[in-house]
Amino acid sequence: MKALRKIVDNIKPTFSKGGKLGFLHSTFDAFETFLFVPDTVTKSGVHIKDSIDLKRTMSFVIIALMPAMLFGMWNTGYQYNLSTGGSMEFWGMFWFGFLKVLPLIIVSYVVGLGIEFTAAQIRGHEVNEGFLVSGMLIPLIMPVDVPLWILALAVAFAVIIGKEVFGGTGMNIWNPALLARAFVFFAYPSQISGDKIWIAGLSEGQGIVDGFSGATPLANAMAGTPVPSFSDMFFGFIPGCVGETSTLAILLGAIILIATGVASWKIMFSTVAGAMLTGLLLNAVAPADPSSYLNIPAWDHLVMGGFAFGAVFMATDPVTSAQTETGKWIYGFLIGIIVIIIRAFNPGYPEGMMLAILLLNTFAPLIDHYVVQSNIRKRLKRATVTVKK
Amino acid sequence: MDKKIYIDPLFRKNPVTVLVLGICSSLAVTVKVEPALVMALSVTIVTGFANLIMSLLRNTIPNRIRIIVQLVVVAMLVILVDQILKAYSYEVSKQLSVFVGLIITNCIIMGRIEAFALGNKPFPSLIDGLANGAGYGMILVIISVLRELFGSGTIYGFQIIPLSWYAKNGGFYYNNGLMILPPMALILIGLFIWVQRSFDKDLQEK
Repeated sequence: MKALRKIVDNIKPTFSKGGKLGFLHSTFDAFETFLFVPDTVTKSGVHIKDSIDLKRTMSFVIIALMPAMLFGMWNTGYQYNLSTGGSMEFWGMFWFGFLKVLPLIIVSYVVGLGIEFTAAQIRGHEVNEGFLVSGMLIPLIMPVDVPLWILALAVAFAVIIGKEVFGGTGMNIWNPALLARAFVFFAYPSQISGDKIWIAGLSEGQGIVDGFSGATPLANAMAGTPVPSFSDMFFGFIPGCVGETSTLAILLGAIILIATGVASWKIMFSTVAGAMLTGLLLNAVAPADPSSYLNIPAWDHLVMGGFAFGAVFMATDPVTSAQTETGKWIYGFLIGIIVIIIRAFNPGYPEGMMLAILLLNTFAPLIDHYVVQSNIRKRLKRATVTVKK
Repeated sequence: MDKKIYIDPLFRKNPVTVLVLGICSSLAVTVKVEPALVMALSVTIVTGFANLIMSLLRNTIPNRIRIIVQLVVVAMLVILVDQILKAYSYEVSKQLSVFVGLIITNCIIMGRIEAFALGNKPFPSLIDGLANGAGYGMILVIISVLRELFGSGTIYGFQIIPLSWYAKNGGFYYNNGLMILPPMALILIGLFIWVQRSFDKDLQEK
């Protein structure tokens, strides 16, 4: 550690103002604060001393994402093994998935951080760490077979249109990771839907076992064919985006997020409650026909597709979600309702989580506005002005 | 004549990127270059002649009914353009469908009549109308080139992106479906506005 500190101190003058590489000041600053807690202190006002800052917060999210990512790697190998009828061992599957998922992560980080650093240099800002999490989330919500150039384009779109246009980290209206997915979803629909793309090599027609279907449970539900068992979907032995399949791994992440206080449990809980209630309501009014989408049990909705991943990692994004405590309940609850409505009634899109969260991201400021206004009104009512006569 | 009349509408006072008028049609007809080009021409002709006619009439119309007169003049021109398109290029006319008729509601036309033609001599009015139409058309054509190139791989119907690149022919390339959808036109216009504002200091709000 000391040796590293020495190196950083040695090269610091080169990157400071007036130094040879002074124009790379913000890049240097980003790496320095990434390695060491900055020694600058606030000079005025009263502050609570706490070592948590944006970089540490983001690191907690990355740690919380690890179970889902590791499981996703293993599942990529597992699904490939199933589709080719191979006989891979546990580590073989994991290694295969690792080699498939790693390029996605590298492309996502290189493109996204490249744009972030360039934008920070042009504006003379510090480099923000917002992309640290987005760059990890994006590969986890993509199909494993998505072409890398499409992924790069989607990341660029999300960072430029979703973030830099609005002023960088903390100013964005929509979740950048979901925006990247939305871009692929609308620009290259064949690369993110259907029953081929979710399993490595299947779209290139690599050896396929008779009767093997790469359809996701959501696609099955849409087509009216039986969905996998609840436990399979809960543990995640199903095709899907890299990180979204295992509800169990995501729950582990949720525990980390809630324990460290990074994400709001209110949003997670109300999202699940909204979806559950809507699901139960649809079950109650469903026709007798067993292939009807309305007959999918409400609890199956919670473990299918990207619901769990979205509720835990996407909806709770502190920038784009509602900020007020009451607002969080409303925000999450509406996400839950809209997801199920899109899934059950929209024949075009099998998955509704992405669109539901993006829609509620748009409305989050409005929700906050009304919560604040109602608070003001309540307090005004309480404040009785007595005028002495 | 003041040079500003025909230079400004192209850049510094461009009706689309600075005044943000005529957005609706620039989202609707810019999927392909050909209809965008025809639309640009039609609007240029209508704005030019509407300005000319209104400028000629400007001293004889009572102020209170001027909007009605403007509508009659613009409607007449739009019907003329529509009929000519139907007669000489039926295919494009079918592609543009209602949007030719909707030129009448294009804010640029009414805006230029109200802001310029009613207070200026006929010839400068004609030039102003044509220049504003051209400024609108320029943006329209640039957007449509981008949208057609990336959305369909062609420009004006000619294949630009090699067919052997496409995934169905063994390549890696897919057309960008988002380019075909109207939101992308809006985003492109937004990017134009962004670029123009970052170069032109006068346009930046404090």
